[in-house]
Amino acid sequence: MKRQAYKVLPGPEGLLPPPASIMGVRLPDEGEGLLHGDIVSEEEAMEGAAMALLTRKNPTLFPGPLMIWGWTEHTREKAPPFFEIAHEIPGVRIIPMPDYRPIYPKIDPEAVINPCHPNLTIWHNKIEACIFVGVHCHFANVTLKMIRAGTNCFTIALCAEAGHEDAMASVPNVGADKLRKFAEVLRRLKREGVKPLYEGHGIIPSGWAQQAHLTGADIEQPREEVHVGDGHALGHELERGLDENEE
Amino acid sequence: MAEGLEEEVKTNPQGDVITATAPPPKLEEKKGAAAQRVVDPDYLLLHAPRKKTFITGSEAAKESIRRANVDIAISYPITPQSETMQQVGYLYAEGYLKDYYRGEEEYGVMSAIAGASRSGVRCLSATAGPGLMRGLEVISSWPGGRLPAVLLIMCRVINAPLAIQPDNVELSYMLSTGCILLHAENQQDFYDYPLVGFMVGEKPEVTLPVAVAVDGFFVTHARGWVRLPEADIKLPPRQCYHEAVPMMDNENPPIRISRDAPIQKSNFISYQMHASWQQEIWAAGERSRKWLNRWLGGLIEVVNPTAKTMIVASGAAVSQSREAVRQATEQGADVGLVKIKSIRPFPTEELIEALDHAERIIIPEFNYVGWLAREVRNVIPRTERVVPGGPRVFGGMSMPTELLLEYVLGTGSGRH
Repeated sequence: MKRQAYKVLPGPEGLLPPPASIMGVRLPDEGEGLLHGDIVSEEEAMEGAAMALLTRKNPTLFPGPLMIWGWTEHTREKAPPFFEIAHEIPGVRIIPMPDYRPIYPKIDPEAVINPCHPNLTIWHNKIEACIFVGVHCHFANVTLKMIRAGTNCFTIALCAEAGHEDAMASVPNVGADKLRKFAEVLRRLKREGVKPLYEGHGIIPSGWAQQAHLTGADIEQPREEVHVGDGHALGHELERGLDENEE
Repeated sequence: MAEGLEEEVKTNPQGDVITATAPPPKLEEKKGAAAQRVVDPDYLLLHAPRKKTFITGSEAAKESIRRANVDIAISYPITPQSETMQQVGYLYAEGYLKDYYRGEEEYGVMSAIAGASRSGVRCLSATAGPGLMRGLEVISSWPGGRLPAVLLIMCRVINAPLAIQPDNVELSYMLSTGCILLHAENQQDFYDYPLVGFMVGEKPEVTLPVAVAVDGFFVTHARGWVRLPEADIKLPPRQCYHEAVPMMDNENPPIRISRDAPIQKSNFISYQMHASWQQEIWAAGERSRKWLNRWLGGLIEVVNPTAKTMIVASGAAVSQSREAVRQATEQGADVGLVKIKSIRPFPTEELIEALDHAERIIIPEFNYVGWLAREVRNVIPRTERVVPGGPRVFGGMSMPTELLLEYVLGTGSGRH
């Protein structure tokens, strides 16, 4: 383990904490992870993250556009193990970050999290542990710093690229395999006696693909219906644009 | 009927036989980028066998761009940059670039680079002196947009009276933009640094523009030895979908997850988001250190590391300092040299360590304001060790080694 003088801990750290990278925290290489700013083994980083999710209040998964929208094979293959993780965390919620645009005049903090004001969602839902996955790195970093500044949330970044210094725990190069490995770490900790804060299972997915994956049952894929003319659904917004003067 | 007739033979006025049969077509030879193979950046930058060639700085940049797998180059002519981009134009004609054009002026050029970079292609531009000043508003917006591109800066005078001669004061304006800024010493650096710039700036955790500066004329128009790998290899293409922000690509849903700026309301949430965004720009620059160390062999180079008098320089001042160190050493002086390769990120820890033992620190510069001296003074302890006054030359002056020796030996202009 490489010890770091500056510790990346759950906040609130203050009005405007410095970026961890400026304070000397370095990104991990393959096979490593970050835990509180220290470079540790991938296993250790996952254990620290899993422990926080099982034992802190209101654990929440924040899937970003790279998880929500199946625009590449990489994003599509990560969806089933993402639900495996959700299944292993009792009391978990999933709140998406589908978009990076600011949401005005007011967000629904129970429905979305937004990088322009992520702390509103954390505060409203009293979230003390969360995972960001599938969020573009720039917006993840902007978000992670604001959460560390103003909330006591333990942030975890499971990143498909190089990882995130401003998360309390982060693992780089996360694809479907590492998501499955993380789900297994959650299962192992529970087997080894870690008592989750909440009882029961996490989210039980209702989608056909997730049910088929978790249960092994042969569930038929529902036929996709094409609705001609649905383009008008967003038409009004595209036409009007955002009202920048709206409060 | 034709069987009994002698076949008519056509000739040209010189008596050469004209045949109706065209010569057999040659197999289509691959040219330009199509004839190159993509190699690992480590191989191209560090391990590929190289041959020495004697070329100008502009030609060195051309050879760099030839191997950089650049998609588009846009610029506007200005001395001493024009020759380099003319060389890049030859590359376009030879099939090494997909697009190349002259913008309407530098503001338009830098805006066009922003658009091209947002669309995910590998971009190159170049400018000099007043051109950099004109484009600076847009260039300053590149890092916040997380727009990887390489900008070559061939430094020249920017202030009145008008002059086209060497002077690198313009780099002081680049220090606060958030761009990565490398300062090339010679023709070799001007070949190597742009290639490194593309690879570092496009790393997902970095995703920033990289400016590669060089002192105009001294390097761009003079010849020097440059070690080049074969021309049949090139860098991997830009992997835009792995970068820190989504591309402006309408074929990828949802198109509106774009990099819209936060709507600037008069409230703390808006301010905080913008603050965190700005922090992220500089944090990304910090992350480039790992890759600069890997491909530049460190952010600094040290010559005679135990000497009591240390010269600290960047750009062409390094070459003059090398010669001054050689001559001073012949005269029995104890003098060393720190070459700064990367101005942003600045080699803070490296300088503190390299200068820890030094009793006198001399910082020669090709500008009046002494921006490098300010930078060094900001990070090292015991700043009284920095000899005041430089030496500095500007307005097109060269930096004779005699001037440097006066500072090293404490004579003439260097009696401080």
